[in-house]
Amino acid sequence: MDKREKVVVVRNLYKSFGDLDVLKGVDLDLHREENLVVLGRSGTGKSVLIKIMVGLLRQDSGSMEVFGQEVSTLSLKDLNKLRLKIGFSFQNSALYDSMTVRENMEFPLVRNIKNLSKKEISMRIEELLEAVGLPHTINQMPSELSGGQKKRIGVARTLVLNPEVMLYDEPTAGLDPITCVEINNLIQEVRDRYKTTSIVITHDLACAKQTGDRMAVLLDGQFRAFGTFDEVFPLAEDQRIKSFYDYNFIYS
Amino acid sequence: MADQASTRKNVFSKKIDKFFTGLADAWNFVKRFFQEVFIPPYEFKEVIQQCYRIGVESLPLISLTGFIVGVVFTNQSRPSLSEFGATSWLPALISIAVVRAMGPLVTALIAAGKVGSGIGAEIGSMKVTEQIDAMEVSATNPFKFLVVTRVLATTFMIPVLVMYTDFVALMGAFVNVNTNELVSISTFFVQVFDAITFLDIFSSILKSLLFGFTIGIVGCYKGYNSSKGTEGVGRAANASVVIAMFLIFIEELLVLQIVTAIRSL
Repeated sequence: MDKREKVVVVRNLYKSFGDLDVLKGVDLDLHREENLVVLGRSGTGKSVLIKIMVGLLRQDSGSMEVFGQEVSTLSLKDLNKLRLKIGFSFQNSALYDSMTVRENMEFPLVRNIKNLSKKEISMRIEELLEAVGLPHTINQMPSELSGGQKKRIGVARTLVLNPEVMLYDEPTAGLDPITCVEINNLIQEVRDRYKTTSIVITHDLACAKQTGDRMAVLLDGQFRAFGTFDEVFPLAEDQRIKSFYDYNFIYS
Repeated sequence: MADQASTRKNVFSKKIDKFFTGLADAWNFVKRFFQEVFIPPYEFKEVIQQCYRIGVESLPLISLTGFIVGVVFTNQSRPSLSEFGATSWLPALISIAVVRAMGPLVTALIAAGKVGSGIGAEIGSMKVTEQIDAMEVSATNPFKFLVVTRVLATTFMIPVLVMYTDFVALMGAFVNVNTNELVSISTFFVQVFDAITFLDIFSSILKSLLFGFTIGIVGCYKGYNSSKGTEGVGRAANASVVIAMFLIFIEELLVLQIVTAIRSL
């Protein structure tokens, strides 16, 4: 695997909702096996960016290429083929609340990979639950799980299809500090164990520092800073990035 | 003054625009259902599960209501018939009323309240908690899994529930007639079956299929298009019931016109 290979290429991307311009000419490159953290205040369009990446939203103009394919021009069949390579971990986990943990994980597996025996399905599910440290929850309903457990199961469910790219939308939002660290560790473990390329959307600097190889700060609809954590934050000249760092520091 | 008039005109034209956009959206939703229902893969397991939920779980409510309808309708009809000394016509009158109109209508209205609101709320809450998005990004088809299965289940199960309601309502009527006129069960049911025709049963089943489809598709449509968090879920559930009930009455009227025309041939 060539780590210089560009998995995601975004050029001059625009997206607005009614009169509200959210993304105003975003450019981004994501390399294989890289953990990119996208930071920014709430409502700056971080989640919109990754939703365009999986075809849940469509950009107004510009290009969004994933594995060399322009997402907005793909047919539903090709889009679904592409989606199999992308795992999306939602902010609120988005577990199917009428299904058990096992059924949640079976759902994408049996519908996308044919001819799997019951034993193979069980083995795959148990292996992933083991990997996220929750093998005992297999027959539990999502309502019986804590916030941190739901996040872990959400990650396990996305991993069931062996994605090459993982998108984490606010993985530590609403969690206590200890669980946040556990989730951050899990993101790193997933990258190391499954060799995934990741984008982590967050406004939590502790999460960014722990999980990211590279930071990208989204301000006013454009990326204003790229680099490692130490390059972007402590010495930031842009007052908005500096205040973002200071507030996070004071808050934590 | 002129400004006020133009603002009012703008608001009015926006409302008209919204109404027709909504209508086009709903039409596309129905069209998508008919496109997806025939294309594999089929979610048989989910259809059966939904049939169970809609059918079996509605039985207690339907039983009670159907029985009461039978008893009350018999009681209310007796004085008018007895004025002409025609209380012996009670079984025939009740069977025609129940099979032609009351059975399908009562069942559909109860199902719209119980099942329709349930579907609207369930799919609506899945929508606002991104569960539908989660299905989509995992390369599965949420429309097929959530909408097609539920609409099929309501379309199949409402006719079954209607037949059951007819039976329970007739049993309620029998209890009443037996107590007051001392008519035996065999005499009662001979008169019941003598009074109804094939066209009555056919129109009843046709109406039930239509009502079932309406309850399912309206609930799914309102749930699938809900937004604005928990408030949106409440609105979806409420709109599912109100719109489905309104459409059920319109369909009842239309089928009645068609059947009356056929009868007069």
